Amino acid sequence: MEKIQENIVTADGIPLKISLARAQRRSKIVAFMMVFPLLVFIVVAFIGPIADMLLLSIDNSIVKKILPKSSEALQNWDEYSGELPGEAVFAAMVDEIKKAKAAKEHTRVGQRLNYESSGFSSLFRKAGRKVTKIKTPPFKEALIKTDKRWGEIYTWQVIKQNSSSYTEGYYLAALDFKRKFSSGNIESLESKDSIYLKLFFRTIVLSSLITFLTFVIGFPLSYMLSTVSTRISNILIIFVLLPFWTSLLVRTTSWIALLQQEGVINDFLVLVGFINEEGRLAMIHNATGTVVAMTHILLPFMILPLFSVMKTIPKSYVRAAISLGAHPWKAFWKVYFPNTGAGIGAGSILVFILAIGYYITPALVGGSSGTFISNRIAYHISSSLNWGLGSAIGVILLGIVLLFFVFYDRIVGINNMKLG
Amino acid sequence: MNKFMRTMTAAAVMAMVGFAGQTMATELVVVSWGGAYTASQQNAYHAPYMKNNPGIKIINDDSAGSAVAKLRAMKQAGNTTWDLVDAVASDAMRLCDEGLVDVIDHDNALASAPDGTPASKDFGDFIVSECFIPQIVYSTTFGYRKDKVSRPMSSICDVFDLKSFPGKRALEKKPINNLEWALICDGVAPSKVYDVLGTNAGVKQALAKLDTIKSKVVWWTSGSQTPQLLADGEVVVGSTYNGRLFKLIEVDKQPVSMLWDWQVFDLDGWVVPSGTKNKAAVMKYLKFATDTQRLADQAKWISYGPTRASSAPLVGNHNSLGIPMAPHMPTDPLNAKTTLLFNYEFWADNRDDLDAKFNAWLLK
Repeated sequence: MEKIQENIVTADGIPLKISLARAQRRSKIVAFMMVFPLLVFIVVAFIGPIADMLLLSIDNSIVKKILPKSSEALQNWDEYSGELPGEAVFAAMVDEIKKAKAAKEHTRVGQRLNYESSGFSSLFRKAGRKVTKIKTPPFKEALIKTDKRWGEIYTWQVIKQNSSSYTEGYYLAALDFKRKFSSGNIESLESKDSIYLKLFFRTIVLSSLITFLTFVIGFPLSYMLSTVSTRISNILIIFVLLPFWTSLLVRTTSWIALLQQEGVINDFLVLVGFINEEGRLAMIHNATGTVVAMTHILLPFMILPLFSVMKTIPKSYVRAAISLGAHPWKAFWKVYFPNTGAGIGAGSILVFILAIGYYITPALVGGSSGTFISNRIAYHISSSLNWGLGSAIGVILLGIVLLFFVFYDRIVGINNMKLG
Repeated sequence: MNKFMRTMTAAAVMAMVGFAGQTMATELVVVSWGGAYTASQQNAYHAPYMKNNPGIKIINDDSAGSAVAKLRAMKQAGNTTWDLVDAVASDAMRLCDEGLVDVIDHDNALASAPDGTPASKDFGDFIVSECFIPQIVYSTTFGYRKDKVSRPMSSICDVFDLKSFPGKRALEKKPINNLEWALICDGVAPSKVYDVLGTNAGVKQALAKLDTIKSKVVWWTSGSQTPQLLADGEVVVGSTYNGRLFKLIEVDKQPVSMLWDWQVFDLDGWVVPSGTKNKAAVMKYLKFATDTQRLADQAKWISYGPTRASSAPLVGNHNSLGIPMAPHMPTDPLNAKTTLLFNYEFWADNRDDLDAKFNAWLLK
């Protein structure tokens, strides 16, 4: 058989095997060309930025780049010896601050070190102003004269311990740890000073609650949508989608008008005598506000996958179960419900992942008990400009999402997910 | 089909003509805060300038709120698409520190006062950074619902007095200003506020004072929230920028009064992004837009004080309301009996640290 096949040739004398391979290669190239733009787009717009974010969270090149000689000279100094570094280090520092001042870079070192220890911003700004006047040695006394902090061992400990190319400092900060520069030890913050761990925990808890609530509200609604006639379900689907087409800010501020203490719901409750004037409920600017507004905003992401899955479940299944003697409830629970698993899985993971990264709604209605970790990321990226810390929190958040994804894959199986 | 093709061709030709017409004018992208503030700049600066210079087209971009981060990203990408940015002084200093904006030679680049005083003297101490061209003085201060209090509020410490003035308060979700006010009301001498705040004990003291009202505070993140909260009656008293409160009181006619006690002055002005492709055109525009008359004109549309000493006497009436604007300026002597000036150096040093402590306190 083998031999015969090898000898088969096409009309132009080329063996069939080669000809086939050629034809397949061509179609493979065509197929690759078709996905090539998408591949480029994903690399440029998705993988690239994520890799960049990863690098940014460990990058620490500023000190080394702007103060190369000083950081090298500092390597020979024992920071726990209890003595200041020698004249050589001071000379290098004065020289490099002068150069940095000319290039307008000295304040960048100050800003970077200020993330680690307060006061460095003004220290370097001041040094930049005064260091040009230092012309002759001894540089040690001259620099200490510009600011007495240069004469403190702690200042040099901070500089030395932040002069390597990479740092784990941003991750330490993002997990509520702190490096004590005077001893080099890493300590965890006291619980009263902790920020990020609390916010990570709160983000996950509230996102889970929001996911659960969208399921509780979305499941019966999707069931109804899938059972009524197409004409009615089309109209109802529009009502589900309508909020989708409304600006996020409008939806969020509408909730403020409804939920606030002088708002519609409280006014109504007072009117019917359910609560008195003093007992108006605080339903916004706290966690309740975040949960209510986000459940509403994310509801379509639960309903649509559920609906598309439920529509494909033949009605005859439940009928058959009932005609075989099952109680309607049992028929629903044993026959219908398991068939919706793919939709529940898809909806839940969609809502959960969207919720965990939300920041506009929590910022507007969350007050202090309903803000998310993403609000801190936004703060560090756009306001404090501590992009390293913002990236580190972002990477941890990405890790948490991937972790949940792996869990989901183990328990439900990613292949069972149906988005519609 | 023929008709369709003809229409399409005509549309394409018109689009090209339109495009060519646009490229003939120099477009300046000016980034500012949007809303009433950009409108005041449009009326006082942009519109008259474009009228006199037909070759210039000024395009407003309202993303000043995220300007620092965006300028940094533009610089890293090597493509600066903005020509002029409106920034608060502390951000201007940071941008200057990072080399993201150009240094300005104030005396040569800007117009002198009508009496010949050079610009650097006319602006005086308001030039807080060599990259910064001051434009307005604004203040962060309080407004209160006069129909919901038993007697008028007159002291900043009334904000901390839940017994005499029950109800909710709106404060900015930032340590800046709140910690200073807390210390002043806890008996710290105003001149010593930053000395005290520089110590751990001082921060604790300030937060402990804020603890006394924490359960009654609505935290705002955008300056527009407080006017809305006041108008809805959701809070009794709240801090925001004085121009927002002016609009709430005089334009929207809400039953709100100003509480100027210990208002915090801050500056807002122009910075020129380094790498702008229209540097010469921008500098020419700036010379016009920051002269004495223009700065005084802006106050016709918004209640922020001009930064030039020579502009102050020229401040007139509000454009549409016709009321004199001088008494609504934060710098008016009657309003400015007790003031703090934003302490740029202190906050540049301690912003990150105090922000972390403040947020940890919020989470408790």
